[in-house]
Amino acid sequence: MNTKILGALGALALLAACSSEDTAATGASTGAGGAGGMGGAGMGAARPGSQEDLVASVGDRVFFDTDSTQVRGDGRSTLERQAAWLARYPNVTVYMEGHADERGTREYNLALGQRRANSARDLLVAGGVSGQRIQTISYGKDRPAALGSDDASWAQNRRAVTTVR
Amino acid sequence: MMTSLGLETGRRGLILGGAALLTVPATARAQGSAPSTVIDITKARTDPIPIAVPALAGGGRGADISRVIQANLRNSGLFRPVDNAAFIQSGEAAAATPRFQDWRTIGANALVTGRVEDLGGRLRVEFRLWDVLPEQQIQGTAFTAPAAQWRRIAHLISDVIYERLLGEKGYFDTRIVYVAESGPRDRRVRRLAIMDQDGENNRFLTDGSFQVLSPRFHPNAQQIVFMSYFQNQPRVYLFDLNSGRQEVLGSFPGMTLSPRFSPDGRTVVLSYAQGGDANIFAVDVGSRSQRQLTSGGGLDVSPSYSPDGSQIVFNSDRGGDQQLYVMGAGGGGARRISFGRGRYATPVWSPRGDLIAFTRISGGQFGIGVMRPDGSGERILSEGWGMEGPTFAPNGRVLAFYRESRASGARGEGYSSRLAQIDIAGFNERQMVTPTDATDPSWSPLLA
Repeated sequence: MNTKILGALGALALLAACSSEDTAATGASTGAGGAGGMGGAGMGAARPGSQEDLVASVGDRVFFDTDSTQVRGDGRSTLERQAAWLARYPNVTVYMEGHADERGTREYNLALGQRRANSARDLLVAGGVSGQRIQTISYGKDRPAALGSDDASWAQNRRAVTTVR
Repeated sequence: MMTSLGLETGRRGLILGGAALLTVPATARAQGSAPSTVIDITKARTDPIPIAVPALAGGGRGADISRVIQANLRNSGLFRPVDNAAFIQSGEAAAATPRFQDWRTIGANALVTGRVEDLGGRLRVEFRLWDVLPEQQIQGTAFTAPAAQWRRIAHLISDVIYERLLGEKGYFDTRIVYVAESGPRDRRVRRLAIMDQDGENNRFLTDGSFQVLSPRFHPNAQQIVFMSYFQNQPRVYLFDLNSGRQEVLGSFPGMTLSPRFSPDGRTVVLSYAQGGDANIFAVDVGSRSQRQLTSGGGLDVSPSYSPDGSQIVFNSDRGGDQQLYVMGAGGGGARRISFGRGRYATPVWSPRGDLIAFTRISGGQFGIGVMRPDGSGERILSEGWGMEGPTFAPNGRVLAFYRESRASGARGEGYSSRLAQIDIAGFNERQMVTPTDATDPSWSPLLA
């Protein structure tokens, strides 16, 4: 993936975006593309329309319950904010990445991640974003955000992440 | 005579120059009464066949070849190679005339002797398999091959020994294609890799610049079908092992995954993600025409053909959670076959047709199991924190799969993924040797 995201910044935004996830801001979180590195702009200095801006201003990800492909209530508001953000930057196109936790088989989880990406995409489209601007992609369980083998990590990994292309 | 060894020289540009039976009596005898050493596999599980494989005569690769044969036989769990240190007669002397008393004394029921001849860049290896008690030759065969291919000769000899003593085809002259994994899990580098079944001659086929998953062999073992994230477009590709050429299979606008060849190699069956669903499609490899086989409104993935090509087993959550279903190869009429406790996934049909292997997730544990194609006779062979993706050896007696260990820390410390294999009776589970972490093994057919 060619997405770039800042570890510290991503973790902060993640905390803001999903306060119901009490473990959402652990140090293991590494962001959408898994780049995980530090560096770049500080808080508030993100280039408008960039991934960093998306993360800092509205949050880049939504979460799913085990085996569920329905975006939860907290995620719906995140996606509404993403739709509004995307309306401000009409030239931005995004990937909607679907992910799953490690407690399923690889191939099934690829399909599950695809279904999650589609659910999130549909909500962006419902929020007025053209479907042409969103390409879904699934990584199944193969790109975890949190690396632990525990409930808290799995909750962070069942996600759909919007990444600027 | 050559067919009896499963050798078809020339057809696929094989490296082997030819094989010839050295003596006729063995064949003639085999038609009358079986060698006394021959036992069935059930008995060999509890009582592995003691066999002596001294260094082949002639120096050079002789000792190497016997070591490879010993390792193959030992790893099958069905043979017990006698320790070289116990040998009374040398391999050199035994190749001229076996002194059977010496081999009986050390408890060997079967003896392998042979001679390696260097023909200048090529090796001629003749070997003989002896039944020690009646002091009779069971088999004599000579192989000629480029010297660099000495391991293949050892595998071919191992297959002959396995088949003559157990009455079933072996699986040693085979390769395994898999996904080599390295780096932390959130930035995992995944490369296609291929190796001999014993872990030797490992080679990476892709450079890791794009992710790959789910490689599977064509029945001719010269082609692979796999899933690639090349240019961030997850699609099923064909990979030609001779040329290294890769090409997209089919013209699907979205993600295609979990491909597998039909037994005749003419069709690839795969899953195509359509909207929120995933359906099974068959793609004709020659014409590239594609046909939809399921439309169940669920996630249908991981299809696998029966060996006669008439049926397909696959994984679907159409009934609420992941279960196994069997349908005709033309699609339609899918019936559920898994009814045990838990979720069932990654079904794969045995080349013998008698079993379907699968992954089961139950009670927080992953397991590898087998059941008959009608769903009866379910047996879990191995269970643990993480394991999946079974693949059959071509004789249907051994499964390879991958095992994952649980991360012990928040940064993924302690996580690993390694290839393993197990006998379908649930014994002799062993870890396979790979240079890196590994997943998604696929076992080739016999190469010759």
